[in-house]
Amino acid sequence: MSLQMISVILGSLTIASGLMVVLSKHPIRSVIYLVITFFFISAMYILMNAQFLAIVNMIVYAGAIMVLFLFVLMLLNLNKEMEPETSRMSLITAVIAGGTLFLVMITALRDTFQYGKGYVQVPVQDAGLVEKLGKLLFSKYLVPFEISSILFIAAMVGAVLLAKREKQIID
Amino acid sequence: MDTAMLIEKSALVLLLFLISLGVAAYQTYFERKLAAWIQDRVGPDRAGPFGILQPIADGTKMFLKEDFIPAKADKWLFIIGPGISMFTALITSSVIPWGTNLNLFGRDISLQVADFNIGILFVFGVVSIGVYGIMIGGWASNNKYSLYGAIRASSQMISYELAMGISAITIVMLTGSLSLNDIVQSQHGMNWNVFYQPLAFFIFFITSLAELNRAPFDLPECESELIGGYHTEYSSMKLGLYLFSEYTSMFVSSAIMAVLFFGGYNFPGMDAFSGNTLAILSIAAFALKIFLFIFVIMWIRWTIPRFRFDQLMHLGWKVLIPVAIVNMLITGLVVAWNQGWM
Repeated sequence: MSLQMISVILGSLTIASGLMVVLSKHPIRSVIYLVITFFFISAMYILMNAQFLAIVNMIVYAGAIMVLFLFVLMLLNLNKEMEPETSRMSLITAVIAGGTLFLVMITALRDTFQYGKGYVQVPVQDAGLVEKLGKLLFSKYLVPFEISSILFIAAMVGAVLLAKREKQIID
Repeated sequence: MDTAMLIEKSALVLLLFLISLGVAAYQTYFERKLAAWIQDRVGPDRAGPFGILQPIADGTKMFLKEDFIPAKADKWLFIIGPGISMFTALITSSVIPWGTNLNLFGRDISLQVADFNIGILFVFGVVSIGVYGIMIGGWASNNKYSLYGAIRASSQMISYELAMGISAITIVMLTGSLSLNDIVQSQHGMNWNVFYQPLAFFIFFITSLAELNRAPFDLPECESELIGGYHTEYSSMKLGLYLFSEYTSMFVSSAIMAVLFFGGYNFPGMDAFSGNTLAILSIAAFALKIFLFIFVIMWIRWTIPRFRFDQLMHLGWKVLIPVAIVNMLITGLVVAWNQGWM
């Protein structure tokens, strides 16, 4: 089986499970389909020889963030009766936002077809391996890397502060 | 990849699968005997001599029980819950180097199914998705106590994963590699990581207990508060799979602890041997280390009472994580000093 075959199959599976996230009736099932989608995306990374990204995607998204999603949904115990009424206004804004995103994606796709690449090609075969990635992050991309870590810390401290303030009100 | 390698890897996978299941089965027997010994009882002694056939009797009993699914349960999720637990428990064994190369039929056979260059991250990835089995099973049961168990399991696992990862990073810093094979080879002979990183080992051990849901961290299945926790509604072999996956992950995480901190298959005086003798001795040394870890984990279960949930969260977030971070920083400084970067 050629690499292209595999990537086509993986891509269609990813899209199918992504659709199931939107189409499935129950929010818990949606989350589980989203986890499956993340696994397929990890598989794509492995196909592109980016093992480190694949595993980090698994640990961070499938492992940590989605567990928190599931956690919150289980506590909320959503069902049909509790579904909030959506106003016409929010429907319209949602359609506009989604349509804009779709437009951006079509532009991006058009670019890839124009350059005649079609499927994803890796410029350097071992670009995604951890040694190469680490060296790049700590030399060429040092400043963006550090800035994004500062952003992360700021977000974390902010979350802790918000949680703390709420507690003081309860006390 | 040639055909011989395919056969060799498949045989290794099958062998590991059978060994993991067999060890897990006999761990239940060993645990019951050990508990009996600690509590001054006899323990299981009816099935076969010294009750040695007890796991087989237990397994048969599990299969013969009625397989019950509650009426309001989410049927599919209820069924795949135990499956995910078992899957994540078994899959980690594929990155563990079980011994030095074995020479069979004129071929050098590596006793490691997959030598990733990110083996240790793979282990963490699997650990972090391991919680889904418990969460999905607990939620799908449609039972308050199951849901409590599931929520406790997930919050506990997320809290302890951090400290676990940070304490394991020190080993990565010392070795300079994420591959489990490199980590083991760097601990040749008696040059074990535990002598350099005793604190990291201590933290890793505690967090492993928490990740395994073993006492004193077995709050997700705390009998005195939650009936049976996340597997309250389960019966027959589905319950069996949950219990079995706990013992399988106990075996695998003992192996991981031995690999990271106690030299894996290395043993003192291993340079005196070579070839297949060395391979077999190294497997034996590794098995002995795993056995000792399993023994200690069981010993702790029958000695220390369970934590309260707030104590558990306090220990995780306010004690283990800060200590692990300080330990990591000091290790980083020492490594940088030794490398001449400062």
